[in-house]
Amino acid sequence: MNLNQNKIKDISIVICGAAGQGIKTVENLLVHNFNNSGYHVFSTKEYMSRVRGGTNSVSIRVSSQKVAALKNHIDILLPLHSKALNHLEKRISSETIVIGDREKICKECPPQVKKFIDTPLADMAEDIGGKIFINIIAAGIITGVLRFNLDQIKKDVKDFFSQKEKQIVERNIQAVSQGYSYGKDFSDKQDISFDLKPSSDIKKQVLINGAEAVGFGALAGGCDFLSSYPMSPSTGVLVFISQHAHEFEVVAEQAEDEISAINMALGASYAGARSLVTTSGGGFALMGEGISLAGMIETPIVVHVAQRPGPATGLPTRTEQGDLELVMHTGHGEFPRVILAPGKLEDAFSLTQKAFDLADKYQIPVFILTDQFFMDSYTNIPAPDFQSIQIKKHIIKTQKDYKRSLITRDGISPRGIPGYGEGLVGVDSDEHDEYSHITEDLDLRTKMVEKRLKKMEKIKGDAIPPELIGPKNYKNLIMGWGSTFYVIKEALEILKLKKTAFLHFKQVFPLPNETKTYLKKADQIVMAENNATSQFGKLIKLETGIEINKKILKYSGLAFSVEEMAEKINHLLKQEE
Amino acid sequence: MKKNTYDMGDIDVAWCPGCGNYSIIKSLKHALVELGIPPKDLVIVSGIGQAAKIPHYFKTHFFNGLHGRALPPATAIKAVNPQLTVIAESGDGDMYGEGGNHFVHAIRRNPDITNIIHNNMIYGLTKGQASPTSQFGFKTPVQTKGVILEPFNPLTLAISQNASFVARAFAGDVEETKEIIKKAIQHKGYALVDIFQPCVTFNKVNTFKWFKDNTAYVDDSYDPGDRKAAFEKALETHPLPLGVIYTSPKKNTYEQNTGLYVKDKNPLVFRNQKRSQKLLQLINRF
Repeated sequence: MNLNQNKIKDISIVICGAAGQGIKTVENLLVHNFNNSGYHVFSTKEYMSRVRGGTNSVSIRVSSQKVAALKNHIDILLPLHSKALNHLEKRISSETIVIGDREKICKECPPQVKKFIDTPLADMAEDIGGKIFINIIAAGIITGVLRFNLDQIKKDVKDFFSQKEKQIVERNIQAVSQGYSYGKDFSDKQDISFDLKPSSDIKKQVLINGAEAVGFGALAGGCDFLSSYPMSPSTGVLVFISQHAHEFEVVAEQAEDEISAINMALGASYAGARSLVTTSGGGFALMGEGISLAGMIETPIVVHVAQRPGPATGLPTRTEQGDLELVMHTGHGEFPRVILAPGKLEDAFSLTQKAFDLADKYQIPVFILTDQFFMDSYTNIPAPDFQSIQIKKHIIKTQKDYKRSLITRDGISPRGIPGYGEGLVGVDSDEHDEYSHITEDLDLRTKMVEKRLKKMEKIKGDAIPPELIGPKNYKNLIMGWGSTFYVIKEALEILKLKKTAFLHFKQVFPLPNETKTYLKKADQIVMAENNATSQFGKLIKLETGIEINKKILKYSGLAFSVEEMAEKINHLLKQEE
Repeated sequence: MKKNTYDMGDIDVAWCPGCGNYSIIKSLKHALVELGIPPKDLVIVSGIGQAAKIPHYFKTHFFNGLHGRALPPATAIKAVNPQLTVIAESGDGDMYGEGGNHFVHAIRRNPDITNIIHNNMIYGLTKGQASPTSQFGFKTPVQTKGVILEPFNPLTLAISQNASFVARAFAGDVEETKEIIKKAIQHKGYALVDIFQPCVTFNKVNTFKWFKDNTAYVDDSYDPGDRKAAFEKALETHPLPLGVIYTSPKKNTYEQNTGLYVKDKNPLVFRNQKRSQKLLQLINRF
């Protein structure tokens, strides 16, 4: 039995069970162990919208190279209840090693299950002190099968339970050690070996998820006010910043509803704070009027929208890139905005940080568009460079006759805040004069509309260019935006197509100036999006006039897997390469 | 401070001649002058409606936001800069109808702001429909057979949620209203001032005379510190009570409860935070 038949340099591990069975504990322990052992690690989860029960799974990849996409294939599966194997039937192959108590987990095993480490997990756990140790034994078995360092996993267990009593820590170390030797024995007997090489760079890296990357970016961007209403999958950002609010001197308020959240954030921003709201589609829809207000009163605001499948409540805990058009068009009336969509955790950090600067500089709403897949996925990345951070506040000390809505050549009125300088600072949701007092002077109205829209010229000049991966003299161009970065990249690495490149957009609106040039160079363009109607494709058509007919779309609520992306690209480009 | 400190001079005002808003703005301006609060320390936050136009007739900082949404920005402005005096002011439709949820939760948060509501029991700007405080049976072009909803009682609601200051005034009494507003502004914490006001154009029932006949000030022996008695007082309708109805002693304000002003009194927005070191320490825990 050899997991490495195809010289796979990464291993795919899946843990599947009910909510409340401790999947997260195993995930947490394993990803930290893999990280601490010097491997690239990635984990992503799919789960049901319930607190207990159901069937959820976590997919972890451990690799010698950077991987950050969902892989369909499973090398090692840990089912924690009897429905797990059926739930994952399509992903299990004859190569999949299943760890568990065969009697309990697999009375009627799917026919493709060939490799079973029949383990009396429950009995082993009872011997140590109760069923609660099952997960830790299982984590031990996985690290044992992989022949990772025993001392390291023991240390990780100790760290993981550092807040608990000494006796509990010791029992957990006992559990992981027993599991480890069980797994290693199996691996030795079956002659299982792996082609994983640790890298010394990893030790300097940090293991975070999308929510934390956005949160770090916000703190680095100077965010000192956050008001939001909890909504999956955006809540992670609210939780992260709230937990560090005191340390970083941030007002973090759970508002009574999303309408309050956006209006609070705008109030704080008017007074000089750097405000953030985090939400998902339904909550964002409620903020619509507030977004329009931000446009009218030219008050900076950063809005993080973590997408999930709609319409309405949709699939609360699943993923989709279905709200680009919503974010594009939310807010009545005409006003400028910027939409950023990170594809890597590094981008989530730097773009969120940048969003605060753009919002302040142009006094506009700036959106960070992520999704459930991105929010809930962990991977290790180089620690962001915090030393070079400089927060430039675009705020002036006001003079006596200050005009908050002054008409200027570039449309940007110098921004004053109440209590800083001699001037009076007003903002008004009505059309207004330069002092922001209500007006129905229609000539002035025309000038004010032009002033607000004028800012778009400079905003376009600041657009972040798309990233081209692959040959510069491409014939075929695969396009994607936001969270699909790694899955498209890896699919193309597998396919090894010589004339095909990948163009990834991390700023989706306004489109970077070079967009059309990139598109015109290609004979064939394929748009890959995690939605049903190719929303970014429609935006490209609108802005460049170029229609993209070849599309790879997925809207089941799950992220693309590397295998399906590769297969779909291959299918569409077969004739061309 | 000059009596006309807050006046805008000769400007076009969108209120009807004889509107109660003129009396309320006079009471408010006089209260601010007597308290010695300069315009550069004051922010008026309003929503939408005739009452909500008040900051445009005022020399002050202002945030004239969305319909029903004055309280969330007012709370936030105070939280990031407690040195400012913040007044959230709008009509009954705006604060109790469209913004009802924010009204409830602003009371719970207890920011140190003054919440002034022009309560004329009708919608003026949309031309005469029922408001949350319209009386049962009140006929309008929409409520053709009369209002069939129980009128909203802001005082009992506020007292039930232990609002830190609850008062009611009558626009016709400029002096008394000014005194009530002064107490509200001086109060540390959320202060509700519901001001009865006739709508001379659309409300032909609850007129100046009607309010005169149907209201009465609480007397000097009245103790606003007794919550149960205050609740009973607020339930009274014949006559409707005027004055400071309830004050809740020693409640911390929202700004205090954030914990951000314990060590450092400097407003959050004026702090020049250096975060590089802290961020480095935090990321090393990951």
